[in-house]
Amino acid sequence: MDKISLKNHAKNIRKNIVKMVANANSGHIGGALSATDILTVLYFNEMNIHAENVGGVNRDRFVLSKGHASALLYSTLHEKGLLNEDLMTFRFIDSKLQGHPNMNYVAGVDMSTGSLGQGVSAAVGMAMANKLAKNDYRVYALLGDGECQEGQVWEAAMAAAHYKLDNLVVIVDFNGLQIDGDITKVMNPIPIDEKFKAFGFEVEVIDGHDYDAIDAALKHARNVKGKPTMILAHTVKGKGVSFMEHNAGWHGVAPNAEELAKALAELEVL
Amino acid sequence: MGQATREAYGDILGQLILENEKIVVLDADLTKSTKTSVAQSKVPNRHFNMGIAEANMMGVAAGFASSGYTVFASTFAMFATGRAWEQVRNSIGYPRLNVKICGTHAGIAVGEDGVSHQAIEDIALMRAIPGMQVYQPCDATETKAIIRHVSQIDGPCYVRLGRSKVDDVFNEDTKFEIGKIHQITKGSNVCIFTTGLMTQAALKAQKKLQEEGIEMSVVNVSCLKPLDEEGVFKMLKEHDVIITAEEHNVIGGLGAAIAEVSTSKCPKLIHRMGIYDCFAESGPFEKLLVKYHLDSEDIVKKVKEVL
Ligand SMILES: Cc1ncc(C[n+]2csc(CCOP(=O)(O)OP(=O)(O)O)c2C)c(N)n1
Ligand SMILES: [Mg+2]
Repeated sequence: MDKISLKNHAKNIRKNIVKMVANANSGHIGGALSATDILTVLYFNEMNIHAENVGGVNRDRFVLSKGHASALLYSTLHEKGLLNEDLMTFRFIDSKLQGHPNMNYVAGVDMSTGSLGQGVSAAVGMAMANKLAKNDYRVYALLGDGECQEGQVWEAAMAAAHYKLDNLVVIVDFNGLQIDGDITKVMNPIPIDEKFKAFGFEVEVIDGHDYDAIDAALKHARNVKGKPTMILAHTVKGKGVSFMEHNAGWHGVAPNAEELAKALAELEVL
Repeated sequence: MGQATREAYGDILGQLILENEKIVVLDADLTKSTKTSVAQSKVPNRHFNMGIAEANMMGVAAGFASSGYTVFASTFAMFATGRAWEQVRNSIGYPRLNVKICGTHAGIAVGEDGVSHQAIEDIALMRAIPGMQVYQPCDATETKAIIRHVSQIDGPCYVRLGRSKVDDVFNEDTKFEIGKIHQITKGSNVCIFTTGLMTQAALKAQKKLQEEGIEMSVVNVSCLKPLDEEGVFKMLKEHDVIITAEEHNVIGGLGAAIAEVSTSKCPKLIHRMGIYDCFAESGPFEKLLVKYHLDSEDIVKKVKEVL
């Protein structure tokens, strides 16, 4: 898909994220906007997922290990035409669009997540299952950089390299922020790239808002044999809304009507 | 509306850390949510952010405690008691170390974040660890009394705290006997044991029932373990109809604890209100409490049904 179309999809996804969180008056915007370009390329260029196969497991799969970015996943599935739920029921009672994703409610949500560090292990299991079943479906997992503080992430990394999971791509949304602020001040996980290298991963460091770079890194991973790939994507938390960018305060806060209007206006011309 | 119990926790901890230089506070990237941020601002060098790594935090808490410190370790109840359960059991419970695990955002009243963040098993999990004391205050004043109490006793404690603001039940003049059950209203033959925000719901129900001529004893249980067996026994003897209400799975929580006393000391039919062994969902917390039958109206209905 060409860059103009990707950009358009990303714009729609971002606008819906902001609307959903504003409408629910709760949810996580910052880490959803930082990974929007990554998911746009994944769903529109990379993954083999469409209306005919979304209901099953015979396809590429995606695990949102940073489950709090649920609005991003729903908004992306919606933009791809795979989700018919009303996005504005997000986080309301009786809605399939749970605050953190539930795999039994929405086709295309491949794992129930929300407790950080756990999704990536499930992705390892899926990749191992694909190897066992001798199919060539691929598995993608998106992690937060703060999430990399969880010990389980490194247990998963060890297992992924041990079982030579070249069908697994772990993407770390390197936005530099977590709830309590700068990741290096809270509990420094850096260097994330060197750590994954030491664990036996192929490592690529890219600009997570550059469609060509994201695309190239994912294509490169397809040619890596005998080991998993980790893509460290430099991103901006809150990307696209000036007053949310680089601001940990917008991790889990909903915009009011005025802020929503301002955010939508900025995203329109991004 | 009064403060949320987590807010009262933050305030009293901010005071205690100034009074007691042996207190250290650990948190896991949730300082503004758990309100340990107050203590952090007062004494920054005895507050440690351990990052999003709860299992390690509990191990570190054990190390501090074994070195003579009184440790307050906070994160959401889900991660404190769930993610790190085995670390709590083996590194804190087994060596009986002086760690106060204060889990906030417990129960379904977390609201919109949904099931992954709604601890409805934490009381059961913590009660099952030998020697672990388990507390759940219902309002701000009681929270402060309980936090002060646990800071003064030796050994592992779990304190269950809520996210949402709740009505004040007690006031400055209330004399607390921490560890004992607290009979707030005196009824005739109906008695409801409650913990946490179900105490407020029961008090609302009690008023409505009173208008209809039904007198109900509301008994707040803020110390779930060790349970005040004498006090519970007395209530069981004095009332014909016994109900329990908790914002927790009916398995392993307050209802189970009361039933355990009843079965060995004073066998009785016990009507348990709580989450009936299901996962809840996302939504505004008041609506969740209604949908999962934990509203004051549900208590009124239950009383009429079993009377
Ligand atoms: C095990 C666990 N601990 C704590 C939380 C609460 N929590 C939700 S998001 C978050 C910060 C995540 O930071 P990061 O991984 O950097 O995410 P991003 O910046 O991409 O939003 C925390 C601590 C959680 N969901 N799971
Ligand atoms: Mg981050």
